[in-house]
Formats: sequence, C-alpha cells, structure tokens
Amino acid sequence: MVVSSQITDWLVPGRTLFLSIQLIGIGCFAFIVAKRLVPLFRAQSDPRFDRLWERLGKVWKFWLAQWKHPRYRFAGILHILIFAGFLLLAQRAFAVLMIGAEHFALPGLSGEFGHLYDVVTDYAATVVFLCMIVAVVRRLVFKPARYAVPAKYGKAHTADAVFLLGLIAVLMAADSFFAASKAAGHVLQDQSAEELAFLSLPWILQSLIGSMSLATLWVLNLTAYLVHELAFYFLLCYRPFGIQFHVETSLFSIYFAKLDKGTVKPVRWDVADEHLDQVKSFGVKTFEDFTWKHMLDFYSCADCGRCADNCPANAAGRPLAPRFISTKARDYVFQHYPVTGTASNSTPLIGTIYSEDEIWSCTTCGACEEECPLLIEYIDKIVDLRRGMIDDGNVPQSLQKPLKALESRGNPYGKMEKRKADWVKSAEFQKTCSVKVLDRKTEAGTLFFVDSITSYDDRMQSIARSTARILGNIGEDFGILGPAEKDSGHEVRRFGEEMLFRALRDHNTEAIQASGAKRIVTADPHAYNALKHDYKDVPPVEHISQVIAREVKAERISFHPVEQPDRVYTYHDPCYLGRHNQVYDDPREVLDAIPGLKRVEMKRSRDRSFCCGGGGLMLFYEPKEEQRMGVLRVKMAAEAGADVIVTACPFCMVNVEDAIKVAGLEGRMSAIDLAELVDQQMVRVQAATAPANEIQRAPELVPGR
Amino acid sequence: MEILVCARRVPDTSENEIELNAAGNDIERDDLVYSINEPDNYAVEEALQIRDRVGGNVTVVTVGGEDDEEILRRELAMGANQAVLISDEALNGSDGRGIATALKSFVQKGHYDLILTGVQADDGGAQVGGMLAAMLDYPFASLVNSITVDGGKLKVGREIEGGNREINEIDLPCVLSIQTGINEPRYVGMRGIRQVASVPIPTYGNSDLGLDTAAIGEAAAKVKRVDYFIPAAGKGAEILRGSREENADRVLELVATKGGLK
Repeated sequence: MVVSSQITDWLVPGRTLFLSIQLIGIGCFAFIVAKRLVPLFRAQSDPRFDRLWERLGKVWKFWLAQWKHPRYRFAGILHILIFAGFLLLAQRAFAVLMIGAEHFALPGLSGEFGHLYDVVTDYAATVVFLCMIVAVVRRLVFKPARYAVPAKYGKAHTADAVFLLGLIAVLMAADSFFAASKAAGHVLQDQSAEELAFLSLPWILQSLIGSMSLATLWVLNLTAYLVHELAFYFLLCYRPFGIQFHVETSLFSIYFAKLDKGTVKPVRWDVADEHLDQVKSFGVKTFEDFTWKHMLDFYSCADCGRCADNCPANAAGRPLAPRFISTKARDYVFQHYPVTGTASNSTPLIGTIYSEDEIWSCTTCGACEEECPLLIEYIDKIVDLRRGMIDDGNVPQSLQKPLKALESRGNPYGKMEKRKADWVKSAEFQKTCSVKVLDRKTEAGTLFFVDSITSYDDRMQSIARSTARILGNIGEDFGILGPAEKDSGHEVRRFGEEMLFRALRDHNTEAIQASGAKRIVTADPHAYNALKHDYKDVPPVEHISQVIAREVKAERISFHPVEQPDRVYTYHDPCYLGRHNQVYDDPREVLDAIPGLKRVEMKRSRDRSFCCGGGGLMLFYEPKEEQRMGVLRVKMAAEAGADVIVTACPFCMVNVEDAIKVAGLEGRMSAIDLAELVDQQMVRVQAATAPANEIQRAPELVPGR
Repeated sequence: MEILVCARRVPDTSENEIELNAAGNDIERDDLVYSINEPDNYAVEEALQIRDRVGGNVTVVTVGGEDDEEILRRELAMGANQAVLISDEALNGSDGRGIATALKSFVQKGHYDLILTGVQADDGGAQVGGMLAAMLDYPFASLVNSITVDGGKLKVGREIEGGNREINEIDLPCVLSIQTGINEPRYVGMRGIRQVASVPIPTYGNSDLGLDTAAIGEAAAKVKRVDYFIPAAGKGAEILRGSREENADRVLELVATKGGLK
C-alpha cells in the first residue's frame, strides 16, 4: 500500500468512485424531484408570484429566523440548532464533496476566514450530532403525545423519524471523522496542521485516533469520506419520500405562503366571477383539484403535530386533526404519482382518504395555521373540499335546512325578513335609544350591521341593544338596514356554498350602498370579517370593540366602577376578531379601563385562543365529538381563576353560555359580551338615557350579582 | 326502470309564520316562502338512487301553476332526468280525486314501472297516492321506508304503528307512498339550480291529457273545505309563559310527573 506523501491527495485513489457516486446521487435526486413535481403541473392555478418583498420578508422571518419555532420551547430550540447547523454545514458538505473530485475551496472560504469557518462548522457538526441524540431519545423515551398517530389516521412515523435522525448523526460523525483523520495525518507528517475547534466532535475524535499510523489514518479518512458521501446522497434521495422533504421544500412553501389572513381563496383563481357558471366542477373532489401551492404544502408538512395539538376539533375528539389532512394527502400523492411507474387515475378524496365528518368538523378558527412553522394552509383546503361536497349534494341533513332557509329567507333560522328589526321594538329599549332603519330616504353616517343571530336570537338581541346604546351614547349618527339586511354569508362561504354566499353578498352590498352610510360597525366578528375581507365596494368596517377602545382612549367613554370588585374577569378572543384580524388589544384595553375590574389571562389567549365551538352554520352541524369545545374552554377559564368570561362575539356567547351549563358551572361562572358589559358600566351622557329596566335586567346575565 | 315521482309545492312550515287570512277560510299567503313538500323530496331521492342502481329515468311531475316550476327545477338540479308541469285553469279548485285524475291521465300517456309519491303533503290529506293507484288499477303500498328491486318485483319495507316493520313483495308497475327518513336527500345548491335554469319544462294542459272537465276542478270536487282555524287551547292544555330556562324546567317536571320519564 502506497501512502501518498501529500495528504491533500489522499482522496485521489477513490476519485473515480467518488465522482460516480456524486453523479448518480445528483441524478437520482433530480429525477425524484422531477417526479414529485409532476402533480404540481396538473394542479389548479394559484397566482403567488406577486408581492416579492412581502414574500422575502416571510422567508426572512419564518424560514431563516425560524419565527414560529420557539412557541414550542424545547423542540423549537432543538430545531433552530439543527437548522442553523445545516445552513452552516451546507457549504462545508459541498466543499468536502467537491474535493472528492479535485482540490476545492469555496470562494471566500480560504485563508483566515476559512479557518474561522472551519472552527464554526466543527462546532456546528458537534451540535447537530448532539441534537440528533437528544431528538432520538425524545422520540423513543419521552414520546411527546403530539407525535402519536391514532390508528384511524394511519401508521406512526416514529421508525422513519428515528432512521432519518440516525442518518444525520452518521453524516455528522463521518464529517467529523474525515476532519479528525485529516488533521491527525497532518500532525504526523508535520505539515502545517490547522487546529480543530476545542472540544468539538472532530477535536475529540482527533485526540482518540492521533496515535494511529499514517496508513490506518488514510483508510479511516477514505472510509469517513465514503460514508459521508453515501450518507449524504442517500439522505438527499430519501428525503423526498417522507417528512424530511421539508428540508428542500420549506423555503418555497414559506415564500409562496398565503399573505392575506381572513380571506378565502376563490373557487378558481383563473376564472373570473362572471364565468363561474361555466366551471364544470366546484371545489376539490380529486387530488388534482388542489392548487399547486396546496400540493407543495403536503410535501412540506414535517408532521410536527403542532397544528393538531392546537386544533379545538381534535381536542374535542372530533374526527379531525389538521396534520393528517396533510400526511394523508402526501401518502396519496406518493402512491398515485410513484417515482417509478406511471401516475394512476385520480379517485375521489372524500370516502377514501378523507371522511365527510372530518371535513365538516373544522370551525375555521385558524389555530393550526397560526401554529404551523411552515405556514401551511388548512382553511382554504377545507373550504375547497366542502365546495366539492356541496357541488355533489353531499351535505349533512342538519345543514340542509339552514342553507335552504338562507336561500329563501336570508337567515339560517327561516325567520321572516320583516322580523329582522324586532329587537328594537321593546318598549324599554326605545326609552333609552332610538334606531333608524336606513333606506334611500333615511340616511345615517354609520351603519350598524347586526347580522342574523344578533337580530333574531332572543338572548343575542341584548348584544344588539347594548351596541346600539353605546353608539347612541357616543353621539354616533347610526342606523340599521332592518328587513333589507340578509345574513353576511360568512359561514355560508366557509361551508363551501359559494353561489349562495354570492347571492347574499350581492344583496347586502346593494342595500349597504343604498343606505348611504360612510362606515360600518358590527358586534359580530364573523360579519366583521366578511365585510372586511369577503365584500367589495362597501364602506370601511369596524368591530364595536375597536370603536369603544378609541372612544375610551379619547375619554369620550368613561365607566362606573364594577359593583363586585371580587369577581375575576377573563377575555376570550373570538377567532375572527383575534387570529383572523389581530384585534387583541382593543377589547383588553376597554376592560382594563373599567375601574376595579380584575382581569386574568387564560393560558390559551390571543393568537393561541381556543375556539368556543364555531359560529354560523356550525351551530347547526351535529358533530361526532367526545365533548364540546366550549366545555373545554370554560374549564380553561375556571383554571385561570376567572368567574366571568367576557367575549365579543354572539356565537361565542351561545357556545360559552351553553358550555357553562354543560360543565355544571352555572351560578359559579357567567358570560357577558364586551358590548353588554360596556353598556352596563358606561357613564351615560344624558341622565334621560340612564339605565332603564333593560339594563337592570342584566344581573340575571351575571348570576351572583 | 322508468320512475315517475309526483311532487308538490307547499308553504314551508319552518320558514313561515302561518296566520289565518281575514276571511278565515285560508292562511295568509302574502310573504310566504314555498318549497317542495318534504316527503316528496325523499321520494325523488329514492327514485334517483334506484335509477343509479338499476338504470332508467326519473321524471318528476306536479299539478299546479307557473310558480310550481320552482320545485321542478330544484328536482332537476337534484338529478331528475325530466320534469313536467300539469297546468290548466280547469284544474283549479280540484280536490284530491281531481288531482289523481289528472295524474292518472298523465301516467297513461307514458310507460312508468314505478310511481312514487310522498306519504302526504304538509297541507294535504295523504289521499292522491292511493287514489291514483286505484284509478290505474295498480298495487299500492303506503308509508314505505325501504325499497329493493328484485327482478320484476320490489321488496318494500313499511312502518307499522309501534315501531315495527314489515317487508312486502309488490308487483310492478305499482304506486308507493314514501315516508321521510327512507334516505338522506342530497343537497341542491344555488349553482345546481342555475345550471338547470334553461332546461325546458313541458307543460301539459287539459287537452294534452284528454281530461274530462266534468271530473276535475272545483265543480267536480266532492270534498270541500268549509272552515280553517287554529284550534283554541282546550282543557288540559297549558301554555308555559316563563323564560326559556323556566319553561324547560317546567316541561321536565311535567313529563316526569306524568310518567313520561322512566
């Protein structure tokens, strides 16, 4: 055996082999990726090539800075370390692979800076190696609950995860052995040996093998190189077959992420509204009905389980966990678009990989999307799948009645249009407030958009009256549409009945425009979101909590101190006010402005708020569940030590009040809407509008008062 | 299999406040919304499912006026192959027998293996199905809640008072009245209705069907409504007038004391 005297030429004998492994590796990877891209070219269009700077900003924040990761402290930090290590090592891996072919140093990575870089990467390899050990131990010993896969969703991915973690550890070890044996060789030959980073893995290895002969070191060096190369290319080509594909795809998923919260994608991006009638099929029925970005999401899902861990439907035992929407679709695409062989015919997704109940179980609360480190979208996919089911007539009976009533009467309850403004008719209310019904003859600057539940539901009418009194008290010139107002259609759209939504929207848009109002106020976050994101050509809209907060700041609203200072209040963020529209602070500021009001935060608040059970049509849907989301929510309030839950949404009120009863907390806990509380505590501008019977009735809303 | 479903448009009781008119002989019909009579919708769904299993065509027919086209469009959107409107001024004021007479003439113009009706109309008397069968001299089964096609015959399940069921074999052609709950009717959305908006719906009048005017219309009606009212609360009826919670508690208490809870 001839040992080259020039240690930098150690790799020469294997060069042909090394080069062929590289060519084969890169070729295989290119082939596999090309195959993975095939379905994306058969997918629906999705215009995401705009708003470059906004998208780069997302990449900077969510990819490079790993913004979402620390929300799960331990796993997040572990991931950040691995990610940073990978980024640092990527260049070294490239350089190491290249020297297999010939002498190579990346431009800028030679000399002093190159040495510094070597030191950093020595440590990076060490950190990644240790992280792999921690991750494997975590997977095998501690088994975090969110990685579990219930039998109905498929097989656990633990073996795959551990295998991949192990491979990365091998890669790191090989990399370190390569550096250590090379450095040890240099020392033996008295060449100008670069110092390995103190206490790094290569440094430790060097001290272990330093006494070996040059020949042994040579074999070790060659072996380390070969193992590194094989592991590297095996990983590269294996990743597109499982959860590790996100290493390659995450950058693109984040760059092309959805930018507008609160919106719902159109039926077809490439079909103008007026041509919708010519579209043969609505929504997603087969895999190819997804957009290419949604398919990319399926590839990117790292199966970390954070979405499911935060999903209220999953927590309540409904048959839905967002991660499996992704992983089941990924399994589907791997099976139907195999790397070898031809793509098979597309089959309906509902009834095969997804169940009807699974898709109807979602309240579109957005907790999953808020949590996903890769910004994977779920709501648009769920809505698209629902559109497909609606188009096929595949709708639960419990939803058919309210949908039919929305079509014929403009509200899900089937109530007569002429009863829409009945809430203003109570004699006591009329003593305290007058409400105009706007039309082309009667005008007002502000339109109070009441929406169905607040207009028709006996309990929620109290929210409407409180809102009206607040608007009156701050001297707002306002009115309502009355019988001309139909349901905002917010849930109609999110339940997939796009054409019905459009009919409702067009009707309301015309009525709003005819009213001449310059701005809109609503007490219903669902109506707020619809008017803000789903409607076009209507005046700007505000939620009543934003109006109150502004008036409080301007000192135009002041409050009487609470009568029972021992009561503890907590604020429940409605999904469509909080997560979808980022109105977190206004309601809290209002509460904190009430003298003597003691407020605590629930563990899950603000962007981690837990959905109460959903609004609109979700109130009619009969889910298969173990318990109500609302019950889980009021228990969280109890855990926080609160006895009054303040919310700012009529649907939250329905769910929370019901849940208080179901949880057996009646008498100990109560719920009140922010508008009702403000109405109750507000200092009246005129003595004449002082609390009438209506408000004195409020104590029954707050048992114990 | 050629299937005919006889359907009717009725005021939707869940979406209307039914009030007496000033004359006290009918309900106030301004501001009502209508829909297909619910059991008829189940009948159409059943017909579609049978067609999808064994092949054939589904035709939906109604006796009425232009306004009734609304429900025919809905059933076309659901998947019916064709829809027919029987409309003639001479039919106005017909009783159940008059309607059955018109339907009988229509049936005899075609070839139907199976005729379905809803078990009854929300505002009707559950009579047309039986009469139609008698006039055609077809066998009849009422309150049907399952149908299996078995060669040239059908096996139909019927609901028996007390919750029992029986299965009958019945020869084709026949008339069946369909009970709600036999299936889960599919949803018809706005899009579906828009897509069939231009499908022609043939209208058959008196002369098309060769109807004897003496057998139809108000003059021929042997059953006439003479009064219409909301019954006064009788003895033993108690109207609860408390809050929702109080009412719920009271109902529970009443049911428990009367032995309704075991």
